[in-house]
Amino acid sequence: MKITVWGCRGSLPSPDPENFKYGGNTSCVQVMHGDTCIILDAGSGIQRLGKYLNPEIREIHILLSHLHIDHTMGLGFFLPLYNPNVAVHLYGPSATVEPLLHRLRRYFSAPLFPVRLNDLPRHPLIHELDDSTFEIGNVKIQSAFISHPGPTLGYRLTAGNSVLAYMPDHELQMGSSNFPNEPDWTSGYEIAKDADLLFHDGEYTADEYLTKIGWGHSSMEDAIAFGKLCRVKKLSLFHHDPMNSDKRLEKMYQDCTRNLSLDFEVELCCEGNAYEL
Amino acid sequence: MAAQPLEIILGRQFGDSLGMPVFLVDPMGNLLFYNEPAEGILGLRFGETGSMKVEEWATVFKPTDIDGKPLPPEGLPLVQTLATQKPAHGSFYINNLKGERVFITVTAFPIVGRPDRYLGAMAMFWKSPLV
Repeated sequence: MKITVWGCRGSLPSPDPENFKYGGNTSCVQVMHGDTCIILDAGSGIQRLGKYLNPEIREIHILLSHLHIDHTMGLGFFLPLYNPNVAVHLYGPSATVEPLLHRLRRYFSAPLFPVRLNDLPRHPLIHELDDSTFEIGNVKIQSAFISHPGPTLGYRLTAGNSVLAYMPDHELQMGSSNFPNEPDWTSGYEIAKDADLLFHDGEYTADEYLTKIGWGHSSMEDAIAFGKLCRVKKLSLFHHDPMNSDKRLEKMYQDCTRNLSLDFEVELCCEGNAYEL
Repeated sequence: MAAQPLEIILGRQFGDSLGMPVFLVDPMGNLLFYNEPAEGILGLRFGETGSMKVEEWATVFKPTDIDGKPLPPEGLPLVQTLATQKPAHGSFYINNLKGERVFITVTAFPIVGRPDRYLGAMAMFWKSPLV
């Protein structure tokens, strides 16, 4: 799998000069496996991805973790949606009452957006997921509900022996009564266990988290503890707070890793990062 | 034990944070968790028993009706919920493992995840005044 990060900021695009290194676009990660094109989330980063996508690609699979605006706001600006020769599949979490299509139409309608889904030259194909397993090309996808307000999925992508796990918005402390000690009783464990690369929410410091319990996000400390619990090979801290500059992110990272001895790699995710698994 | 779905994890966390007794089972009736207040009534610590099959927990406390007649497992609200996937309610005696006879009232309800996944059941129960 060839993986490219087009956005790893949380909540709100923040294209400020002081955020230049880690980037200001919201969640969007591209995964290429042969001709298979999978995109994780459609935050503002997907707009630039659409501009640079190989024009020969005729089928695109967008896996939405959830429908909070920072994960969907780029959809209307994704050029392939306006190309009748490209089939776009949209996957997202089931809800109890309202179908995914109807929830997506809220974005593609007034007063939020001028173009309706039905106005697109080729209507996207909609796929509702819950705790599901399926394949796109030769990539096995596993989805599972994880701890975050509203229906939210984590994704596990497996190609051959390589595993990528994606949980950009995930509140670990709310998803376990004994964190980080019981893997089978920890939200997201099944998605992240033994992953080669895990993108995981690490928005706050431990102190900040205490004032934001229930908002759906995790501290860097908890994300690292989760990475250890899941025995991942590499953890990329994701969903940077829009208020945090590059300097502040690096200070947070240094503070929480200073006295740790870890047998896996931990990094701050950067927009533009590329990986090959 | 397999990793639990989010709704069951949150159910356990909810039960763990309550001051009233809670019992949590999977769709097959396997006991997954009971909290400290439940330990007080049952006379047994969860850490000592771990998971139990429905045949075991439905009989180990020797449930009886008000007249002292043994209650079959299908007479227990939680077992009814497991069979019907609907809420159930009832009162009965148990012999707890401290050797005490306790009259309890139980309300059981199914846990159904989005969009329509039956994942298990939860029972809340409390000591009732003796009748």
